[in-house]
Amino acid sequence: MSSWLRPVLPWLGVSIFLSLFFLYPLARILWLGLNTAALKILDHASLLLAFHSFLFTFYQAALSTLLTLVLGLPAAFLFVRYDFQGKSLLRVLTAIPFMLPTVVVAAGFNALLGPRGWVNLGLMDLFHLQSAPVSIIGTLGVILLAHVFYNTTIVIRLVGNALSHLDPCLEQAARTLGAAPPRVLTHVTLPLLRPSILAASILVFIFDFTSFGVILLLGGPGFSTLEVEIYKQAMQIFNLPLAGLLSLIQLLCTLAFSILYSRIVSRNAVTSAPRAAGTNLRKACTFRQKFFLGGMVLLLLGLFLLPLVSLPLRSLTRLEADRGQRGQVSYGITGDYYTELFINRSDSIFYVPPFEAIGNSLGYAAVTVILSLALGFPVASALARPRRLERLLDPILMLPLGASAVTLGLGFIVTFNRPPMALVTSPLLVPLAHTLIALPFVIRSLQPALASIPDRLRQAAASLGASPRRVWFAVDWPIVARATISAAVFAFTVSLGEFGATSLVVRPEYPTMPIAIARFLSQPGGMNYGQAMAMATVLMVVCGIGILLIERLRLPGAGEF
Amino acid sequence: MKHILLIALLLTAILLSACSPKGPVMLTIMTHDSFSARESVITAFEQANNVKVVFLKSGDAGAALNKAILSKDSPLADVFYGVDNTFLSRALDAGIYEPYASPLLAKIPAEFQLDPQNHALPVDYGDICINYDKAYFTAHNLPVPATLEDLAKPEYSGLLVVENPATSSPGLGFLLATVKYFGPDGYLDYWRSLRANGVVVVDGWETAYYTNFSASSGHGPQPLVVTYDTSPAAEVIYASTPLTDAPTASILGPDTCFRQIEFVGILKGTRQLDLAQKFVDYMLGQQFQEDIPLQMFMYPVNSDASLPQEFTQYAQTASQPATFDLAVIAANRDKWIADWTAAVLH
Repeated sequence: MSSWLRPVLPWLGVSIFLSLFFLYPLARILWLGLNTAALKILDHASLLLAFHSFLFTFYQAALSTLLTLVLGLPAAFLFVRYDFQGKSLLRVLTAIPFMLPTVVVAAGFNALLGPRGWVNLGLMDLFHLQSAPVSIIGTLGVILLAHVFYNTTIVIRLVGNALSHLDPCLEQAARTLGAAPPRVLTHVTLPLLRPSILAASILVFIFDFTSFGVILLLGGPGFSTLEVEIYKQAMQIFNLPLAGLLSLIQLLCTLAFSILYSRIVSRNAVTSAPRAAGTNLRKACTFRQKFFLGGMVLLLLGLFLLPLVSLPLRSLTRLEADRGQRGQVSYGITGDYYTELFINRSDSIFYVPPFEAIGNSLGYAAVTVILSLALGFPVASALARPRRLERLLDPILMLPLGASAVTLGLGFIVTFNRPPMALVTSPLLVPLAHTLIALPFVIRSLQPALASIPDRLRQAAASLGASPRRVWFAVDWPIVARATISAAVFAFTVSLGEFGATSLVVRPEYPTMPIAIARFLSQPGGMNYGQAMAMATVLMVVCGIGILLIERLRLPGAGEF
Repeated sequence: MKHILLIALLLTAILLSACSPKGPVMLTIMTHDSFSARESVITAFEQANNVKVVFLKSGDAGAALNKAILSKDSPLADVFYGVDNTFLSRALDAGIYEPYASPLLAKIPAEFQLDPQNHALPVDYGDICINYDKAYFTAHNLPVPATLEDLAKPEYSGLLVVENPATSSPGLGFLLATVKYFGPDGYLDYWRSLRANGVVVVDGWETAYYTNFSASSGHGPQPLVVTYDTSPAAEVIYASTPLTDAPTASILGPDTCFRQIEFVGILKGTRQLDLAQKFVDYMLGQQFQEDIPLQMFMYPVNSDASLPQEFTQYAQTASQPATFDLAVIAANRDKWIADWTAAVLH
């Protein structure tokens, strides 16, 4: 193999994939919108609109990221350092929001915090109030809350992963030298975690930066991010030049954040000794530890369980006939919404039996997991030992997260509508689109683990006579196996909950669960609403079981690392 | 190395599968997400014409249309259904349709045939109206508002939820109704008075109906919502406990409703013009038309089509819905929405 080919090889798959399914369609649609003739349409008002959208988008994303870190970092410590009952369930609970479609999350938040939600009904009842005291729906507060709800799992996973790989000797050495626990935290632990905290922050930030459904459904028309404005301009007003300009701003910002991130991370690479899982787990003993443990568990339960539990609850309750009376809603228990899922009442050609929807969703998710791991692994390995090529290409990997889904969707339409790539009508486009979104997560989960492997371990194995293949299986694999599972969970959840790309290309033959939920919610009637809640509950359960199974998976050769 | 081979194989497989010829003749119909039809109705067409009908759902009405326009050089489908009268001029200006004077147009009242060249043919219509929660108004001894002006009165303060016309077609329809009634110079003053009276604006129909409207399963705080005149019928048909009467009804005063008409057209560049024409005829024919109400909760345009009993009983149509010239909508829609946004949201 020639010397120039070797460093390029790991990038081959990803480069072809991203060029074909991301850069090329995006370039085509942007070119269509932003050619010189069209640009003349952009007047002063458009530029002002673009500027204001950018400011608000940046502001809410920065605030959301900060809040997510404030909750996510202690949560990551909780899961890695403490041993308590129900830990794995609580961990899965924090991951479930990530895959829920926004419609469902909005319904959950409304059932809890809405004008007629439990909180308000309870307070009105308790203090004999005439009107709802808490009005958070339609404010910046609910946008931030929803972003924290969605993205805390990213921090828990990425930072938790790094934390579990941390060499305990470093912290112990600091303690021996007389440093108090807070000092150890700020001078040893947090600096060592910096790359993973940055990686998590940047992913959370980009997610918040491109937020769409949360703004539309919970924030309401008073708030407009770049992505919401792109949707309005491209889909409703058909002002492609302005939509193109806004997409370009969004894309360039993402690129800038990614470059910034890879600069910081490459300066702070830390290697650590791999350790067996569970070596630094402890039970809460001191009062302070118990207080931390109890407080965090309560906080996480309150934030994650309450909005989530309102869905299964709602899917099993039926409103009695005297509805419309303010403050007087009586409930009955019913399983009707679930049995109704199995009946095609209107004989619609678009009806999908629940098991088929589950099957389709799982099928897409499986392809996404395989494809994103296959594409991500070589790149993550290359990134773990960065050379010039790696440093150059690294930021581009994050771009799919920052691209406007609306714009990319239109790009797919103008690119894949003719042979030889008439893919728009192909069901394969769905997992391909899911892989685009999952890939940055997969790479960011694998890369720190791969980078943490000290070279001396490999060298020791090699000097003892192991072949390169044997070195990989005996040294690399046991260490990255856990990160691989984490990456697979990300890909799985991204695919299960993804709605935008699915609604873009999906054909009636293969509707997914989110598509089915959206269909129920598009028509009036108690049965439709109940079925949407029932299907959302099914989606939650399937995802929860999926995550539990993947996490329990003992990969061959992975051992107890 | 293995990974790369795998990927290369996968990509080749994808490309090959995209190229390979399909078995039976296929007719592709591009629609918006709300489209639905009875399975037997579609199979009847398939069997009669020895064809496989494939539906390509392409997003909400605006998104579907824009995708059809962007792909017009190499159309994704043979037939496009789902553009309504608020967007029709955009479709006609872009020249995406092949004209077709279907013989069945004779059965359709002239008021629905907005395109004299028959590029786009009417299929169904419905009125965007305000619905009210019957129980709320009875319980509070409050008369149901009868006119648009009533909604600005203090007794209805904070009781109305509407959709943002920039993101929702019922929202746009209701905005157009107010423009029609108060005139292009007066509608903004009316909206300012609604704003002062605590009108709630949300981005989409789902939120307005299921989160804010008090008579829906979401049992929200507002007893007045902008939706369709067919929604009361849907509430009965999809009730979670059998109902003898609809819990909601439409306000049908003069010009309080906006009439939405949805169109179908044959996409230019289709390789199956003959079959496409047959499918358009089929959509305008009695069998398909009578299926429309219970599938999409719209009214059929074919005067021969009879309505299901639930519709005759629970859904009322507006007697004087607001209508507009296509050209007037085309020339003013974006400006009206922008001015509305400035007056109501900012």
